[in-house]
Amino acid sequence: MSESTSNPSDIPPDENGQEAEEPRAPQRVIGTPPPAQARTLLGEDEANGSAPVPRELPAEPDNPERAKRAERVVATCFIVSMLASIGFIAAYVGLQVHTVSSAANSNLALGVAMSIAFGGLGVGATIWVRQLMPQVELTEARKPMASSPQDRAEFAMTFTQGAEASGFVKRPLVRRTLIAATLPLAVAPLVLLRDMGPLPGTSLRHTVWRKGMRLLVYGPNTPLRPADFAIPGQMITVVPDGFQDNLDALAKATTIIIKFGPGELQPPTQMNWTVDNIVAYSKICTHVGCPVALYEHTTHHILCPCHQSTFDATRGAEVIFGPAARPLPQLPLGTDAQGYLIAESDYNVPVGPSFWERG
Amino acid sequence: MSWIKPRRRHPAAGYAVLLLGLVIIGVVYAAIAGGGSAASAAMPGGPSAHDIAVGQALFARTCSSCHGMNAQGTSAAPSLVGVGAAAVDFQVSTGRMPGKDFGAEMPRKPVTFTQQQIHQLAAYIASLGGGPTIPSAAQVSPAGADMALGQQLFITDCAQCHNFAGAGGALTYGKSAPALTQSTPTQIYEAMLTGPEAMPVFSDTTITPSQKRDIIAYVTTTRAEPNPGGFSLGRVGPVTEGLVTFLGGIAILVFAAMWLTMKRREA
Repeated sequence: MSESTSNPSDIPPDENGQEAEEPRAPQRVIGTPPPAQARTLLGEDEANGSAPVPRELPAEPDNPERAKRAERVVATCFIVSMLASIGFIAAYVGLQVHTVSSAANSNLALGVAMSIAFGGLGVGATIWVRQLMPQVELTEARKPMASSPQDRAEFAMTFTQGAEASGFVKRPLVRRTLIAATLPLAVAPLVLLRDMGPLPGTSLRHTVWRKGMRLLVYGPNTPLRPADFAIPGQMITVVPDGFQDNLDALAKATTIIIKFGPGELQPPTQMNWTVDNIVAYSKICTHVGCPVALYEHTTHHILCPCHQSTFDATRGAEVIFGPAARPLPQLPLGTDAQGYLIAESDYNVPVGPSFWERG
Repeated sequence: MSWIKPRRRHPAAGYAVLLLGLVIIGVVYAAIAGGGSAASAAMPGGPSAHDIAVGQALFARTCSSCHGMNAQGTSAAPSLVGVGAAAVDFQVSTGRMPGKDFGAEMPRKPVTFTQQQIHQLAAYIASLGGGPTIPSAAQVSPAGADMALGQQLFITDCAQCHNFAGAGGALTYGKSAPALTQSTPTQIYEAMLTGPEAMPVFSDTTITPSQKRDIIAYVTTTRAEPNPGGFSLGRVGPVTEGLVTFLGGIAILVFAAMWLTMKRREA
């Protein structure tokens, strides 16, 4: 019956909750349900389809004094939750959200009020369950899920009759045209993949830099003369003239120029691509394409903030540390008739991260 | 004034008076502005011979052991000839100089000298060979600056090291780009102008004085943004916030699960 407890032999009945003297086996893992010390929710008779039998649960807790205290704690939690909910509504109505900072304050108030509201409910409910409800564990035996043989036979017969009556088997024209209609529909989503854009072609190998294109300081977009950039230790980000607002182009074409003192630049830097010891390197890291612009003018290191690839700016930006596989590409520099810094050509190697066909 | 009387109703008289007024205002303004800029240069009243002498004595007492008696530099420290008053003001007013521990870099620490002593030191160093001067208060004022351009410049050329909110970041071999939370507008300006330690130089010909003011406006405004949650978490972005929320949330969930399944202790 319902009182038929199914205690394993090594766990004695634990009426008053005291820890048993002998160790329980297996040791209980935190977060898992306690071992069976439970009564069955459905008695054997009930599982077999007979009438339900009333179960006996302890009506009064063991310690009325303690239960009274717990009741007050639970009630306090629920009242706190109620006040927080009212506070939520008050904050929603009362706090205006016309500026960024007032919206942030409103979010803070709403979030705190709502977490206290739900938290109070949860804590109160947990204390209620743990302190006031009888600590009896019940197990419920599952009923078989399979349909009866009679139902299954009836379904099979209905299905076969329906298939016959619909003519799906008898009329091959209808059947085949239906299949023919669904096949292209299944292929259609594959065609939509084309919307992911054209194949990259050779675009990964080129940037928008061309011969004669001026270098503009990114931001104010002003051209530079070598005399404007004359103090060794200077560094600035430059972009190609005409593309300063084209972020797609700048994703590959952004460049840093660095000024060195006489004799600081060494091979393998391409010396005839520099102007007055000004050298230009791609700002796109050859590892995964982060913008490399942590330049230390004391060590001449260019650092990538993402994975700490370090490039030696005096030696053609060759890799001296980190996961990058190639030096930063160097942009050939020159000056135009007005004396402004220009590119002499595009980068002669692909900028940015490696790609499959790069070789 | 009798010579005016017959001419004052002349058709050109009004224009003549207007022109005269403009000329007077222009002359007076030029005199005031010229005097003002001279006064607000390296130090109030301009560096006198006395200031340079006091600065030299200060230098001999507190700086020369590393930088040499004539600021020519030694194996321990670089030459200061030509670094300019701005470099001295930056290094000394941030407390980096005089240096104490010779580590990877000189950290910011409490300032040793008074503002006047710093200006006297700067006057002495400037007298050795020019260099950038200390900017005036008007040159570094963020009032009316174009903060959007300042943000674009900061994000392009400063944020890689200093973080987009000026929270600072790590460099190589123990060096670091300092947080800009304590930097005064003057110090930010001087740092761009002189390129202290590993920082590159951003001279007035590449980033103009007005663009430097734009950058200062961005930095000072960004760091004054409120933290409605109460914690800035270093202002390094959504990753930290997500990490803190994730770890804190997981901890709360674990403790809640333990509490829920804890065996009740009957009294």
